[in-house]
Amino acid sequence: MSNQEKEPMFSAKNLKLFTAPLGRDNPITVQVLGICSALAVTVKLKPAIVMALSVTIVVAVSNVVIAAMRKYIPDRIRIIVQLVVIAAMVILVDQTLKAYAFDVSKQLSVFVGLIITNCILMGRLEAFAMANKPWPSFIDGLGNGAGYGIILVVVAFFRELLGSGTIYGYPLMAKLGIYSTGYENNGLMILPPMALIGVGIIIWVQRSKNRSLIEKK
Amino acid sequence: MKEFSNRYIFIFSAVMVIVVATLLSLAATLLQPRQQRNLEIEKKKSMLESIGIASTQETTETLYDKYIRESFVLNAKGEKVDGVEAFKVALSIELKKPLEQQYLPVFNATTENGEKITILPVEGKGLWGPIYGYVSLKSDMNTIYGVTYDHKGETPGLGAEINTTPFESMFIGKKLYEADKFVSIGVLKGGAKKDDPHNVDAISGGTITSKGLQKMLLDCIGKYNDYLLKNRN
Repeated sequence: MSNQEKEPMFSAKNLKLFTAPLGRDNPITVQVLGICSALAVTVKLKPAIVMALSVTIVVAVSNVVIAAMRKYIPDRIRIIVQLVVIAAMVILVDQTLKAYAFDVSKQLSVFVGLIITNCILMGRLEAFAMANKPWPSFIDGLGNGAGYGIILVVVAFFRELLGSGTIYGYPLMAKLGIYSTGYENNGLMILPPMALIGVGIIIWVQRSKNRSLIEKK
Repeated sequence: MKEFSNRYIFIFSAVMVIVVATLLSLAATLLQPRQQRNLEIEKKKSMLESIGIASTQETTETLYDKYIRESFVLNAKGEKVDGVEAFKVALSIELKKPLEQQYLPVFNATTENGEKITILPVEGKGLWGPIYGYVSLKSDMNTIYGVTYDHKGETPGLGAEINTTPFESMFIGKKLYEADKFVSIGVLKGGAKKDDPHNVDAISGGTITSKGLQKMLLDCIGKYNDYLLKNRN
């Protein structure tokens, strides 16, 4: 430990851990993880943002916990240990939301509990935290949470705008007076299939810009 | 990778479980009073909504104390029961008891212009889970003053529409009684006529939720029959 060269906290390598999941290594559009919850919570912006924050907190903190314990976790029960850490974190977040953000927790209902089943979390713990130090693991968690969140927010923005005519609850369409021209909210945007189509469009745009993401035949 | 002995694995798991359990129970105990308060506020908020008063998390309690003056509990025969606080009665628990032992809460509100309104809680089953709400009646104990519904997990865009204003506002002015006979409010597939005093439109694509709602009104308000007949004016 002592004869190792100390790495600066925000080295290029560490920063890359944060930026990679935002773009070319995005958990939703590239790794196709966490799709389930992306469909469910993107009807409105507010729950999407809270969900993104909750997932980011859970994945970052669990990453740190697992990374700190990684040398003491017996290989044979590592999946169980990872699950216990995630589950405990999720319950803490859920209880805190119920106490301090009741409205939001009502909207998110079961989906906070279902963070446990979000593949991004297990994926990061198993692939990254088990083999890295706490600090890089923390950054990796933040990056992946943000990468997940950014897609959620983009999809939720369009679904809320076109489906309900509001942005973060602000009645934009009504204020602009668009309804008087015969415009109607698109009910399909509220239903889950549009989330899938929305994510699909983002994947399409991303791949057409970054050809290296397209699988070789 | 270092090999760990079975003994180490057992101790590791035991310690981990104890640490996590302590942490979680600590969090649950510390946060419980706040969560309980949130639930109470939520309950008061929906009661206020049923008499057409919108409130926010902060204003709910003051408004509740201002408008809802009196509350008491009835038994199945419509007689007042002493010593039970109506607000603390959980309908979901009452509904599981035999009818004779059920407590039926009643809340009396007075509006700005002195109109006396009775608020009755209702609870039933939707498609995926419980649906619940409050129905408020004018002093004739027949005309509906307002309603508010909510649900645990009905399908968004379909059954979940029951907690939206367009659906709830259809109930205003409908009548529960035909002369002295309790007929409740029907939720009709295919639509109700505008001047029909006992029916409202069902939700397209939300048939089971609509039927559940109709049954909820019939069952829950039906139990108040004796009380409502006695106190009409």
